[in-house]
Amino acid sequence: MTHVIELSGAAKRYGSAGAPALGPLDLGVAQGEALAVIGPSGSGKSTLLNLVAGLDRPTEGTVTVAGQRIDRLSEHALARFRREQIGMVFQFFNLLDDLTVADNIQLPAQLTGTARRRAAARAGELMEVLGITRHARAYPGRLSGGERQRVAVARALVNRPALLLADEPTGALDTASGHDVRQLLVDLHRGGQTLVLVTHDLALAEACASRTIQLVDGRLAVDTRAETVR
Amino acid sequence: MSLFGTGALGRVVRSGVGRRRVQSAVIAVATMMAVASAVVAGALVVASNAPFDHAFAEQHGAHLTAQFDPAGVSTAQLESTGRLDGVTASAGPYPSTTVSPVDPGGGHLPRLSLVGRSGPHGAVDDLDVTSGRWAARPGEVVLSASFSGPALGIGSALRVSDAADSPTLTVVGFAVSAGESADAWATPEQVRTLAAADGPATVQMLYRFASAGTAGQIAADRRALAAAVPSGSLLGTTSYLDTKRAADRGAAPTIPFLTAFGVLGIVMSVIIVSSVISGAVGTSLRRIGILKAIGFTPGEVVRAYVAQALIPAGAGIALGVVLGNLLALPLLEDTGRAYGGASLTVAWWVDVLVPAVALLVVGIAALVPALRAGRLRTVEAIAVGRAPRTGRGQWAHRAAGRLPLPRPVTYGLAAPFAHPVRAAAMLLAVAFGTVAATFAVGLTSSLNAVGGASDPEERAAVTAVSGGPTVNGVPEPGAPAAGGAVEHRTPGPGGSSPRPPSADPAKVRAAIEAQPGTASYYGMSHADVTVAGISGPVRATLYQGDSRPGGYEMISGHWLTGAGQVVVPTHLLETTGTRIGDTIRVTLGRDSESLRIVGEAFDTSNDGLSVHAELADFAAAEPQVFQIEVKPGVSPAGYARQLAAVVQPLGADVMANSPSPKENMILLLDAIAALLTLMLVCVAGLGVLNSVVLDTRERVHDLGVCKALGMSPRQTLALVLSSVAGIGVLGGLVGVPVGTALHGFVLPVMGRAADTRLPPSVLDVYDAPRLVLLGLAGVLIAVLGALLPSGWAARARTATALRTE
Ligand SMILES: Nc1ncnc2c1ncn2[C@@H]1O[C@H](COP(=O)(O)OP(=O)(O)OP(=O)(O)O)[C@@H](O)[C@H]1O
Ligand SMILES: [Mg+2]
Repeated sequence: MTHVIELSGAAKRYGSAGAPALGPLDLGVAQGEALAVIGPSGSGKSTLLNLVAGLDRPTEGTVTVAGQRIDRLSEHALARFRREQIGMVFQFFNLLDDLTVADNIQLPAQLTGTARRRAAARAGELMEVLGITRHARAYPGRLSGGERQRVAVARALVNRPALLLADEPTGALDTASGHDVRQLLVDLHRGGQTLVLVTHDLALAEACASRTIQLVDGRLAVDTRAETVR
Repeated sequence: MSLFGTGALGRVVRSGVGRRRVQSAVIAVATMMAVASAVVAGALVVASNAPFDHAFAEQHGAHLTAQFDPAGVSTAQLESTGRLDGVTASAGPYPSTTVSPVDPGGGHLPRLSLVGRSGPHGAVDDLDVTSGRWAARPGEVVLSASFSGPALGIGSALRVSDAADSPTLTVVGFAVSAGESADAWATPEQVRTLAAADGPATVQMLYRFASAGTAGQIAADRRALAAAVPSGSLLGTTSYLDTKRAADRGAAPTIPFLTAFGVLGIVMSVIIVSSVISGAVGTSLRRIGILKAIGFTPGEVVRAYVAQALIPAGAGIALGVVLGNLLALPLLEDTGRAYGGASLTVAWWVDVLVPAVALLVVGIAALVPALRAGRLRTVEAIAVGRAPRTGRGQWAHRAAGRLPLPRPVTYGLAAPFAHPVRAAAMLLAVAFGTVAATFAVGLTSSLNAVGGASDPEERAAVTAVSGGPTVNGVPEPGAPAAGGAVEHRTPGPGGSSPRPPSADPAKVRAAIEAQPGTASYYGMSHADVTVAGISGPVRATLYQGDSRPGGYEMISGHWLTGAGQVVVPTHLLETTGTRIGDTIRVTLGRDSESLRIVGEAFDTSNDGLSVHAELADFAAAEPQVFQIEVKPGVSPAGYARQLAAVVQPLGADVMANSPSPKENMILLLDAIAALLTLMLVCVAGLGVLNSVVLDTRERVHDLGVCKALGMSPRQTLALVLSSVAGIGVLGGLVGVPVGTALHGFVLPVMGRAADTRLPPSVLDVYDAPRLVLLGLAGVLIAVLGALLPSGWAARARTATALRTE
C-alpha cells in the first residue's frame, strides 16, 4: 500500500538550543487510513500537523505528502500544494467572519481558479451532505459551534483533498455538537477519506481512527498499528 | 517622559512604544513630515506677507531719493536740507552717476545708477551686504543683489563701458537696498572720477519724513525740499511708494499660491497626524482590556495611551521642526532675492506655533480614543477582536464577490469597508496627495506658460537698433532697473559705441531687406503716450510690418492686423472702463488718434498700462529697433555680424539674442511647488502606510487562515494591494477634479493680484492624458503606502499567524 504521508527522520526544533519539539520521527500513513494523534499538551501534536500541512518546515529529515517532498517546496508551491492536497479543520474554526457560509466554503476552490459557478455547485453539494444548506447565506458569527465546525469541514473538503487534517476539531464544542462532528468524521473515513486527527479526546480517537499514535515530548510513544504488527 | 518612566505604567508605555516598532516609526515619520511641510509652508506664507514693508522698515529705507545738480547747490546747503521741518532723517550727499557696464562675457548690463558711499550703513537706507564686502578702494564695486547670478559673481570684472580705454571695476560684494536707492555702489572718489570722465555727475540725498504715507504727502515733502535749494538744482526724485507698488505687484501673485499650498499642507498634516494617532490607540483596545483586568484605573489607561502616542510623535515633531527649517532656508533665501529684499529667515513664531499646534492635534487625536478605551468595560475590551464581528462591510464582500476578478482581488477590494472610518482617513490622505500633485503640476505648467508668454519681442533671433532713447527693455538713464535681471546680449563685432545709436530707420530697413538670411522682420518703437481716462504716461509699443512673431498671448480678441487698431492689457481695459470694440484716444506728442480696441493681451509689463498699435497711425514715430527672424539654418550670430558690417557705418547697432533665462520668480515657484508636492505626497503615502499597517496587523489571523487554505504569497500580495487600490482609484477620482478646481480658482486670483486676466495657454494646462496620469497618482500613493505591509503579510509565517487571535 502506498503511503500518503511519509516522514523520515523528521524533526522540528524551535530555537537552536534544547531538545526538538518534535522527532526525529519516522512515520508512514497509508491511503484511506484514519490516524489519531494523542498526547499531553506540548507534546508536539500541532507541530506534527503543521509539518504535514506544509505550514512549517522540518529542521531535519524529510516530509513527503501525496508523493511530493514538501519540505523542499517554495512558499508559492506550498500554497498550491495545500489548496490541492490538504483540507484543514481547526479547534477554533478559523472561518472568515466577513464572508457568508457559502463564500467561506467556496474560497479554497476559487483560489485554485475554479469558476464561480462550479465552486458554488460543489459548495452546495457539501452543504447538502453536511446539513447546513439553510445557513448558506448566513455569516459564521451567527452559527452555533457545531454548525461552524461543519462549515469548516465543508471548506476543508471543497477541493477533494487527498488528506484531511483536523486539530482538536471537537475541542471547542459541547458534548452533543462534539458527537455530531465525530459522526461526520466516521462517515468521511468510511467513504475512504485519509484523515489525520489530533485530539485529547480518547473516545473520539477510538470512534473514528483506524490507527492511533501517542506522542510524548515529541517522540513516538505508542503506535497501535505497530503493536498489532509486532 | 519621567512621568511615565517608573513603575508599572512606565513599563506598559515603554513596551507599547517598543513592541509596536513599525507603528511608532510611522507615527514619528508621519508627524515629522507633516510638521516639516507645515513649517516650510508657514514660513513662506509669512515671508510673502508684505515683504517690501518689512525690508523697508528694517533698513530705514528712503521715502524720497533725490538727485541734485552739484553745480547748482553746495554740500552745506544739501546737508542743511536734513534739518528741514518734517524731515526725520537724511543721508548724503553721495556723489552719483550712471554707467552702462559690460560683463566679462561681453554682455551689456542695463544702464546702472552708481552711487559713491564709503560704507553700507547709515541713518537712512541701511544696506544689507548679502555677500562679499563693501567697496574699500577705487576699482571695486558692489552690485545690487538682483544682479548676482551665474554670469556675474564676486571677482567678476566689469568694464565701465564699451570703450577700449574703459576702466575696469571688480565686483567685491552684493548688497540689497529695499528702497532701491541705486543699482551699484563704489567709493565716493571712484564715482567722482567716473562722473568727471564720462557720465553725468549728480549728487544723491536720501530722506525720511514724518508724514510719508500717501503720494500727496510725499509730493508736499518734495515741494518743501525743492523750495529749500536753489531753483533748478533738484534734478529728480523717486518716491518709495513707486518702488513699493512695483515690489508688491511682483510679490502679490505668489501669495495665493503659497497660501493654497500652506493650507493644503496644514490640513493634510492635521488629517494624517490625527488618523495615525487615533488609529494606533484604537487598535490596542484588547491590550487595554487586559491592562484594566489586572487593575489599571481608567485614568492610568488614558495616560498610558496618550503617552504611547506622544513619545514617537514628540520625536517626530522635534525632527520635523529641524527638517522644516533646513528645507525652508534655501527657499527663503531665494524668495528674499526674488522679492528684491534681504534673505529671510523662518519667523520664530512659526517654529513655536507649528510644533505647539502639532502637539495639540496629537494630544486630542490620542485622547479621544484613549478616553473611549478608558471608559470601555473590561469584558468588552477583552472581547474586542475575539468575538466575531458582524454586519460591517459584509454587503461589500457580497457585492465584490460578484465581480469577474480573481478571488483574492475581490476579497481585498471589499476589505476596507469593514473599517469605514479608517478607510475614510486613508481616502482623505490619498485624495489630498492627489490634489497636491494635480495642483502643483498645473501650476508649474501655468508658470512656464506665463514665462513663455512674457516679452515676446525678446524671442527675435536678431535685434537691430537704429536709434531712439530707449531700446528693448533697457531702462532710461537714471531709472533704477526694476526687474534686475541681467540682459544677456551679445553685441555685434567691432564694439558698439557707448552713445545710443542713431541711424536712418529707412536705410536700416533696406539693409535688413537686402540681407540674405532674413526670414521676416518688423520694426518697433517704444514711446510714452497719454490715453484718455488714464492720468500719467502709458507705455506704447508701435509696430511696423508683420508683428505677429512679437505678438502677445491674447486673452480675447486678436493681435494687430492693420492700422487704426490697438491691443491693450486687462488692466488698461479696467482702468478706462472700456471693452473690446470700443475706441480709445491715444496721444503721442501732438498726434492724437482714436484707435479701436481689437484685443486684450496678456501683458503685465509697465504695470499693465500699455498699448500696442501700428506705427503707421502716428506720423511722427519712427522704428527704433528691428526684430529679425533668420531663415532656418542661418546662425543668428553670423547674421548679426554680417548685418552689423552694413549698418554700423550708418550709425545703427546689431545684436544676436541669446535665449533669455527664466525669471527668478518662476524658477522659485517651480522649486517650491516641487518640494511641497513631494512632501505632501510623502505624508499621504505615510498615512496610507499607517492605515494598511493597522489593517494588516488586525487581519494577520484572517490572512493566516487564507494561507492555510492555500493562498499563495502572490495572491496574498494581490489581496492586500487590492484592498487599497479601490481607495487609490477613488482618491484619484476625487483628488484630480478638486486639484484642477483649486488650480482654476487660485490662478485667476494670482492674475487679479497682478491686474490681469489670463490667456487660455496659462489656464488650460490639463489635457486628458495628463489627467489620467494624475488620477493614477492616487493609485500610486495608495500602492506605495501598502507595498511594505503587504510584503510582510505575504511573508508572515502561516503557523504563527494562526496562533494569534
Ligand atoms: N512557534 C513556536 N515557537 C517556539 N516554540 C514553539 C512554537 N510552537 C510550538 N512550540 C513549542 O513546541 C512544543 C510543541 O508544541 P505543540 O503546539 O506542537 O504542542 P501540542 O501537542 O499541540 O500541545 P496542545 O495539546 O497544548 O495543543 C511546545 O513545547 C511549544 O511550546
Ligand atoms: Mg496543539
